[in-house]
Amino acid sequence: MLTFYRRLYPFKSIFHWLNHEHTPTKLFMNREFAFTLQGDVYLRYQSFTTADELKKQVCAMNPTRFEIGPMYTARPRDKKLARPGAFQPVMRELVFDIDMTDYDSIRTCCSDASICSRCWAFIAVAVKVLDQSIRNNFGYKYLLWVYSGRRGIHLWISDREAMELTDEQRKALVGWMTVIQGGKDQHKKVNLRLSLRQLPPSILDSLEVLVPAFTDIILDDQDCFRSEEGWRELLHLIPKNYVESLEDKWEKDYDRSSHSKWEDVKNEIKTKTQKGSQPRLTGTTAMEDIILQYTYPRIDAEVSKHRNHLLKAPFCVHPKTGRVCVPVDPSTIDDFNPERVPTVGQLLRELDQAKDTGDEHHSDWEKTSLKPYVEMLDKHALELMEEVRRVKRERGQGVHLIRRHGLHALTGRFSDTSW
Amino acid sequence: MFSIRKKFVAEVEKHSTLKYPHRLNFYDQPPLGEVTIEEFETCALDRLRILAEIESSFARNRPWEELKRFTLEQCSKYLRLDASSAHKQDTEAQRRKDHLGHFVLRLAFCRSEELRRRFVKAETTLFRIRYEEDDRQEREEFLQSRKFGWESVEPEEVKQYASQLKAAASTYLPPKEFEPNLEADKYYKVPWTRVPDLVERRKVFLKGGKAYVPSKEQSSIVFEEFQRSLEKALLVTLKHLPRLDEDTRIFPLLDNLSQGFLAGVSSEWSSTTSSATGDEITADMVDELSRRHFPMCMRHLHDTLKRDKHLKHFGRLQYGLFLKVLGLSIEEALAFWRRSFSGMTDDKFNKEYKYNIRHSYGLEGKRANYPAKSCQQILLSDQPGPQDSHGCPYRHFSLDNLQTALLSMYSSQGLTVSDLPEVVSTVKSGHYHVACTRVFEITHTAQGLKKGEGVDDGESVTHPNQYASRSRELEKKVKEEMDVDVTVT
Repeated sequence: MLTFYRRLYPFKSIFHWLNHEHTPTKLFMNREFAFTLQGDVYLRYQSFTTADELKKQVCAMNPTRFEIGPMYTARPRDKKLARPGAFQPVMRELVFDIDMTDYDSIRTCCSDASICSRCWAFIAVAVKVLDQSIRNNFGYKYLLWVYSGRRGIHLWISDREAMELTDEQRKALVGWMTVIQGGKDQHKKVNLRLSLRQLPPSILDSLEVLVPAFTDIILDDQDCFRSEEGWRELLHLIPKNYVESLEDKWEKDYDRSSHSKWEDVKNEIKTKTQKGSQPRLTGTTAMEDIILQYTYPRIDAEVSKHRNHLLKAPFCVHPKTGRVCVPVDPSTIDDFNPERVPTVGQLLRELDQAKDTGDEHHSDWEKTSLKPYVEMLDKHALELMEEVRRVKRERGQGVHLIRRHGLHALTGRFSDTSW
Repeated sequence: MFSIRKKFVAEVEKHSTLKYPHRLNFYDQPPLGEVTIEEFETCALDRLRILAEIESSFARNRPWEELKRFTLEQCSKYLRLDASSAHKQDTEAQRRKDHLGHFVLRLAFCRSEELRRRFVKAETTLFRIRYEEDDRQEREEFLQSRKFGWESVEPEEVKQYASQLKAAASTYLPPKEFEPNLEADKYYKVPWTRVPDLVERRKVFLKGGKAYVPSKEQSSIVFEEFQRSLEKALLVTLKHLPRLDEDTRIFPLLDNLSQGFLAGVSSEWSSTTSSATGDEITADMVDELSRRHFPMCMRHLHDTLKRDKHLKHFGRLQYGLFLKVLGLSIEEALAFWRRSFSGMTDDKFNKEYKYNIRHSYGLEGKRANYPAKSCQQILLSDQPGPQDSHGCPYRHFSLDNLQTALLSMYSSQGLTVSDLPEVVSTVKSGHYHVACTRVFEITHTAQGLKKGEGVDDGESVTHPNQYASRSRELEKKVKEEMDVDVTVT
């Protein structure tokens, strides 16, 4: 682990991404870091003035992982010095957490902690829907998706407006995003509309992604309704008047595929109702709701609601799997295979093999398969920093910045070898 | 006049000819100019009456429409605020009073978290009531005059997003209307963070971080803005408050005002010494009256007096002044007290009590004509000790005792066990005068009083004499009506 932190972990990139500028600002200096040390000792309210300082401390403590919290009104390590009540979280990336365990009731391939490329498809759909919805509806641009190392994915949004959201506003946003509600003992978990009205516009948009996903994942791949348990669950969601005949049919045809069963439902509604009639509407509405219930992103709402929630830093190593929490490009999310994400052991081996090329170096990650992922974060941070610079320039502070950093600050080569 | 002037005056020369072009006011400019201490106080008191009415309406769980009706009635009494089109009225003066009152109350209510929260709630409600009542065009002008940071959505854009807007509309339209009329509806764009409540319930269409708010929901932006800016302003006021220290006249006044919220505002009873009905009453009548018309505090004092043949000092004071205002003359009062203190000799009575009674009628000592105590005074000053029987039963009785007492005193007038939970819960939340008002309503249903009507047009009890005289008025009215019936037949 120590070698990983010392030689591979991209501290500089993380610093840029959190700080939004080259010179350390409050965004970094007042930021809380929390370390999980060996033996599950949890150390909160750490803070650092520079990336070097962070690296030094991480190497000294060698934590199994560390988490990132909000920027506070004062430096977290001076928390005890602050007046009571004056130590408050101010800014924080808007974060989302999607975890495979929330899908346990519908996935058939694995359960609990395990994950395979097949269940990753659920995550892929969630990423597509959320990414599209946040960009279109809320207008945020700087989204960083990070694989959580095992069976989930995190989203960090770094737009200034998103960072400044209050807890109340975060709660509203999460409310907007939450579609699936209700516990184990409630069959129907989607309640979006007043009687048979149209769906809200944002959900309507996401249906475009969800309908094909429903066919691919639920009907074909996961085959959710083949087992008796599966199709009985489905029947709970279908209007009462169709249930009996369907139940008869499926009880007799023991091994009927999910695909055929879904066709049965469709036919049943089509033959029994007139086009444009009220019962037909009831039927199609129910079908839409079923699609949503099986495919709409299930987010862990508590993570997003509060500014002071801590979330594991990108590029940490998941203690159970040994996989690195790497950034993920949402446009190629379908091709992402969590089983191919480099593990820390693999990276260290690669490093050994490359050793003959030179001395120990900070940016040794360039010699390993971590390279594309670090570059992804660098590119993201660079865009973010350019935006911040642009805003500053518009405010007339640009001159000051150029004078301090020279022109290269504007051309933005920060991942150069001087680090 | 002096230091208020200092506070408000700084820019006195600046003001333009028309200071209040709109009926609605966001109160972001403090009033400038001179003001007398009397005006300072009356403006605030009148406004406080309205806010107290709103508070007690909330406490009594009145539906919105009813709350609005009662509040508007009170407004027309104490704080008229007419539309600009009302040429006959001096709208300028009305608005100045409204403006001034608001700012004085800010001073009084910025001082604790609790007061701030209640003040903001009541003020926002008052604003909302006026906003809804306002003339459509004038409201539009008012909205135009302020920067809410919204943009109107162009008709082309409405067309472009027609399907999404329709879909969003389906979440809030009333049940019968499936299709919103997009041409007629105006839409406004605001950053979504301004309308988090609408976003959370997915009631708006969002595009690029902007919420498309239909004009129907536009008010939600306005109210949110009003509330937010008032909250902020109160904190600023709090910071500046210590600078007011130099004027000794203001702080007692502000203290008084902020207490007004606890007990309701004392009404004008204190100034009118004669009975409102104009009837003289005699010592013989008191017993009968107490059973039919007295509020609980006085009823309790009367019963105690009868039982113990004595009352302690503050009890005598509270009850004696009440009787005086009710119309008991000094001769009758002496007769009443002499008869009530039946266990003592004439000599003792004359020596120890007569002076006191004459004193309270302004016939001894400094010859001040003392007013009867208002609910506020009864609730807040001279807290009763273990042997005392004065005070406000709703506040100073234990809940068990209160319920027993209520039943034994008022069951003959129609109060039943089923009424108790409501009264008790109001008491528990600290709205003693509301509880008293509710009891008044219950015990006067026979005279045709309905729930929510309060003592008079929805007013709550703020003075024991108000309670008693209103009760007598109601009885008289019923009697007169019956008399009419009798003569007709």
